[in-house]
Amino acid sequence: MSHLLSEEQEMLREAARGFCQNKAPIAQLRSLRDQGSEFGFDPDTWREMAEMGWSGILVPEEYDGVAMGHRAAGLIMEEMGRTLTGSPFLSSAIMGATGISQYGTDEQKQTYLSRIASGETIIGVAVDEGRKHAPTHVELTAARSGNGFLLNGQKQFVADCASADAYIVSARTAGKEDEAKGISLFLVPKTQNGVSHDNRPMIDSRNAGTVSFDNVALDADALLGEVDEGAGAWSHILDAGRAGLAAEMSGAAQESLHRTIDYLQQRQQFGRTIGSFQSLQHRAAHLYSEIELGKSIVWRALSMMDEAPQMAGLMVSAAKAKLGQVAQLAAQESIQMHGGIGMTDEFDIGFFIKRIRVADALYGDHHFHAERYAQIRGF
Amino acid sequence: MSEETEDLTHFRATVRDWLEQNCPPEMRQPMRSVEDVCWGGRHWKFASDAQKIWLERMAAKGWTVPEWPQKYGGGGLSRDQARIVRAEMKKIKARPPLQSFGIWMLGPALLKYGNEEQKLEHLPKIARGEIRWAQGYSEPNAGSDLASLMTKCEDRGDHYEVTGQKVWTSYADQADWIFVLVRTDFEAKKHEGISFILVDMDQPGVTTRPIKLISGKSPFCETFFDKARAEKKNLIGEINKGWTIAKYLLTHEREMIGGMGSDVMRPVGDIAVQQIGLGEDKKLADKMLRTDLARMEIDGLAFMETLARVQQEAKAGTGVGANSSMLKYYGTELNKRRLELMMDCAGSEGLSWGAENDLAANWLRTKANSIEGGTSEVQLNIIAKRILQLPST
Repeated sequence: MSHLLSEEQEMLREAARGFCQNKAPIAQLRSLRDQGSEFGFDPDTWREMAEMGWSGILVPEEYDGVAMGHRAAGLIMEEMGRTLTGSPFLSSAIMGATGISQYGTDEQKQTYLSRIASGETIIGVAVDEGRKHAPTHVELTAARSGNGFLLNGQKQFVADCASADAYIVSARTAGKEDEAKGISLFLVPKTQNGVSHDNRPMIDSRNAGTVSFDNVALDADALLGEVDEGAGAWSHILDAGRAGLAAEMSGAAQESLHRTIDYLQQRQQFGRTIGSFQSLQHRAAHLYSEIELGKSIVWRALSMMDEAPQMAGLMVSAAKAKLGQVAQLAAQESIQMHGGIGMTDEFDIGFFIKRIRVADALYGDHHFHAERYAQIRGF
Repeated sequence: MSEETEDLTHFRATVRDWLEQNCPPEMRQPMRSVEDVCWGGRHWKFASDAQKIWLERMAAKGWTVPEWPQKYGGGGLSRDQARIVRAEMKKIKARPPLQSFGIWMLGPALLKYGNEEQKLEHLPKIARGEIRWAQGYSEPNAGSDLASLMTKCEDRGDHYEVTGQKVWTSYADQADWIFVLVRTDFEAKKHEGISFILVDMDQPGVTTRPIKLISGKSPFCETFFDKARAEKKNLIGEINKGWTIAKYLLTHEREMIGGMGSDVMRPVGDIAVQQIGLGEDKKLADKMLRTDLARMEIDGLAFMETLARVQQEAKAGTGVGANSSMLKYYGTELNKRRLELMMDCAGSEGLSWGAENDLAANWLRTKANSIEGGTSEVQLNIIAKRILQLPST
């Protein structure tokens, strides 16, 4: 497998880097936070991303997408990770597009895909019902009702719940609470009667919250994929998101280290540059090594998503577990090596630890993924 | 994968045929122990006729060192051709015909820094396995701080005289010649008074003594020089400029040891299942150990991918040179973790000498991985200065 970027990927990365650093730097995140932005991103910036084709990165060309694959999507996520750029790219362009293009009916594809590609429609993903990620723990019910289903229950930690126009929701159509069998996926427009959301003030200043489904009546055509057999599709959609998050954390970790090195080269104490102290050099050099390992495993996971998504679970979990730990190490070490100034809100380094914490938790933290890795490996 | 050119495809077919006809069946069996490694040298006793024939045939082709020029005993192959030879050998599980410090270390140094006479004199004997080399670097008082070495080399008119002590000289008790870092100027700054010289060990002034380690028997020796004679023509490069060659070789050594981390792929989880067993929940009975195993295997995967990436980047010319220090650091630390976990899995069965593939001895031996070839701390210094550009004190 090649770890080198193709010319096309190299160009995309350069473009993404330039865009994020010029149009959506950390100053934008700070200003969105200070304004108390409901969506946690800037709609104009999102429109520009869509114009560049980012929102259609995984949408097939026949639906006006650019279909560049998960590696390309990962490169964009990595750059967004460096600048902590908020957008519905992960929810909609990665997970929403994967779900609908892979498992949607022709009609669902017609309705959603070109609008996802154009950025006009945003998809949110509603998976968890408890405080810890548990995709097979589904209590939310979808009872048969006439020709369709009646949804009742609640999802929490739904990213982009406020900006989303429709949700992909897992519901139980059969089986017991924790069984994989009996889970079905639905595509539910937010405007449907009985759907409501409640934003939570998140530490990373992005939007996430609870989505409630109160006697939501759906036609049978709201079903995404097979009835009772949604668990496989769910893993595929979630793995797409997890690989993307691992790439984002890789970018955030690299940038944390970069900023820390800059600081170590400037800050003077005891009459010398603190970067000359061996104790700090060794912490930084160890962190560098961990980040290098992280970069490689992320690329492998993204490649697997492109080439054999049904078998990508092992690598995706390895990558999400590794990056969850590496990025949190980067965030923590960065603050420690910055000293007191790293604790101040005025200094940007503090934004990294908050986003990384959320990115680790989203769709399974590093404990969840180390556990899933061991399960897939058979021990 | 890029497609192979027609020439290379043809070359591959030729190699395959030749190996099929010339590699003895015994040499296609996995090596059972270190005893099966062929090191060559004046005193080498071949383990079998097959080992002898295999070396002779490969040496005649120049394929013990496929990329060296033919006039120095090599195969004169391009990088791609050499890669094909290695791949085809791997395919039939052919053993390496010859392994030696001459091939891994002295050869590359001579090719880069030696003069024509020195290359013609020494390289073919390395390629044919006629002379076995040892490396004389560390001294009792010059370990991580190698440049403070004190073995002296004095000009005696028509020759040099070497006096001092080297340590950690692997297999020196079985070697014929030794390449040695010596001090030729005691007045100059420590890096600027070092020379790189070749010494014939078959003389009364050179003696060796094996070192026993915490893991038991080891290939390491102490090597003593007492007015040993070295010919003037055997000083490599310029006098007092030996540190450049030393650094070049250390990079090589680092890459070799870092690459040994490739062992990390041997799935420890499977060993654990076999030794500890699964519970009713289909998970390892020891839950805490299970977590450590999962983390270790994940780091192993990430390391293997990084090794592949660094190699690909180096080939494409986009790499970070000092990344060999990162690989050496991480690979050796990982290998230590891996052996710790294997000991955990083995339980009391791992605690007796000689049991389970010499596990205890292997475990103890890994403790040297992060010391030899530059300690982990030295590698971190190199990463900090050369990659992260942090200032020196």
